[in-house]
Amino acid sequence: MAWSIHTYANPTRFMNFSAIVLPYVWALAGAGIGIGLYLSFFVAPPDYQQGDSVRIMFVHVPSAWLSQFGYGIMVVSSIVALIFRHPLADVAAKSAAPIGAVFTFLALVAGGLWGKPMWGTYWVWDARTTSTLVLLFIYLGYMALWAMIEDPNRAARVAAVLAIVGAVNLPIIRFSVDWWNTLHQPASVFRLDGPTIHSSLLWPLFVVALGFTFFFIGVLMVRMRAEILRRKVRTLQMQQAAA
Amino acid sequence: MNAFFALVQREVRLATRVGGGGGMAVFFFLIVLSIVPFGIGPDLNLLTRIAPGMLWVALLLSALLTLDRLFQADQEDGTLDLLVLAPQPLELTVLAKAVSHWLTTGLPLVIAAPILGLMLNLPLDGMLPLMGAMLIGSPALSLLGAVGAALSVGVRRGGLLISLLVLPFYVPVLIFGVSASRAALVAVPGDLGGQSLALLGAVSLASLVVGPVGGAAALRVAVK
Amino acid sequence: MTTSEPLTGLTVTKLCCVRGERQVFRDLSFHVAPGDMLSLVGPNGSGKSSLLRQLAGLLEVTDGEINLDGAGEDQTVADVVLYAGHLDAVKAPLRVSENLSFWAAFYGVSATQVEPALEAFSLGHLGHLPAGVLSAGQKRRLGLSRLALIDRPLWLLDEPTVSLDTASIAALGDLMRSHLKTGGSIIAATHVDLGLEGTRVLDLSSNGGASL
Repeated sequence: MAWSIHTYANPTRFMNFSAIVLPYVWALAGAGIGIGLYLSFFVAPPDYQQGDSVRIMFVHVPSAWLSQFGYGIMVVSSIVALIFRHPLADVAAKSAAPIGAVFTFLALVAGGLWGKPMWGTYWVWDARTTSTLVLLFIYLGYMALWAMIEDPNRAARVAAVLAIVGAVNLPIIRFSVDWWNTLHQPASVFRLDGPTIHSSLLWPLFVVALGFTFFFIGVLMVRMRAEILRRKVRTLQMQQAAA
Repeated sequence: MNAFFALVQREVRLATRVGGGGGMAVFFFLIVLSIVPFGIGPDLNLLTRIAPGMLWVALLLSALLTLDRLFQADQEDGTLDLLVLAPQPLELTVLAKAVSHWLTTGLPLVIAAPILGLMLNLPLDGMLPLMGAMLIGSPALSLLGAVGAALSVGVRRGGLLISLLVLPFYVPVLIFGVSASRAALVAVPGDLGGQSLALLGAVSLASLVVGPVGGAAALRVAVK
Repeated sequence: MTTSEPLTGLTVTKLCCVRGERQVFRDLSFHVAPGDMLSLVGPNGSGKSSLLRQLAGLLEVTDGEINLDGAGEDQTVADVVLYAGHLDAVKAPLRVSENLSFWAAFYGVSATQVEPALEAFSLGHLGHLPAGVLSAGQKRRLGLSRLALIDRPLWLLDEPTVSLDTASIAALGDLMRSHLKTGGSIIAATHVDLGLEGTRVLDLSSNGGASL
């Protein structure tokens, strides 16, 4: 069977394929989040230091993971879009950005709510939080770029360059933020990554993260379908105007 | 008044549709304030102390950001000529423009301010006074800004020019605004907070006259 | 406020135009009566656009006079003219009908007039589309449909036929003819013969002092 990288790049084929796959993705997402939440609320023990507030971790950590995962999808799609000129790759990159941004925001909010009982304040400028904030800004910048350029083909190429430049720069930003943080050494902050997570928390966390990831993929597919339809509408409008 | 509301409605529509750049000012507000701790360090006590001032400075800069398109976009596509020739007094047209600018820029910034207040370790008690002061002071930014935007219509690199023209006029807003916002946080002698709030309101009311009249005068010159 | 009193004419006396350091035209005098169509001709830079903008009050009058005959005390040129420059004043993100509805509301015209005005240039079926998808000619038509929407006695048209196809030029001609029939006046800079009877021509090429 002749399979090429363009097999699933055809928007029509993607519409058919995603229509079939989506119910399963939703089912997996629902199961993962449902079971995971049950485990994390009723099976996982409260932390001996933090008590029940440790359960915020079950939202915070998967969100933080998806903030990175989303950017990964954006970068890979952008590279594919630039090199292979896929019709679908730039749709995927554009669609992934707002979802990634929302999870990044969620990670920050959950982190803040977790931080309040732990540090006595919603926001601390520690290295990890700050890097996540910078990631959020890169997401927002990427989305703003898409929003400001009207021609989707041009927007796709420019945005792809930004996503890739961002990927190259993220480690540098991360390093500089770490360096900045050690320079100022905030007063005895309890580190999230300090104590190793007990294995009784690890399993529920893994299941929730899996559910979140399927949820991400489901939303991504819905957004891609919407974007494809949006472009179709635009084309039809132009045809109607020209008729 | 129909013409007034029609213009406000159109401006808000344009800002919220694709490519309108509606969220840009808020985004700028967020990023500028987030950069501050990198410059001065993450010391929470220090951040608390400078938070009201930083929030107001960032508010001023963010409000400037969207001003350059206020009349320039209309000038580029010929709309401005028709706005000037319409039966509605040009002062009301400028007022409608300023109101739209406030609705699409000032108001979202005021709503975003508490989030940034949290990040700058502003105590929760200080949030409402801060938002109140911003609510009273921010209309002056749009009204005075409209004059600057009208003056720089048709000027190349007008956006840069607006900042230079307008920022000096923003000084009273900054002074009274910060003073009103700080009064809730640190003990101040007498009723300084109430006084500065009243003065801030006075600046906004004065701008309600200066903005439309000055803006209309500037536009009449600019289209010719 | 605008069309209550019929305009009995527009008289221009010894009008001069200076742009930058250059004198574009001087001592221009002419009269336009109701039902008159005045066609401005002349090479590029002879001041056709400048004259139209001066008449609309969008350009400084360096010397000379523009008088509205029979206009009320407080009526200015801006109250009686409808200006259509070479820009269409169309906002791409707004729908076609939204574009025109705005001008209706802004010029105090009833919203029920929007649909017939769109129809004047056969844009009725495109009303729901964003103006951004329109072609250059369609945008022009949308801009010109303001002529059918807003009732003003004196039209000032700057190259109205640019990027229009023959059918649309004919539609514009019809609209102008009916405007002239009902006692309106038109001053237009155009190279196209719109087939309007009794068109007078004002040649601006004799820079020194064209007159009629």
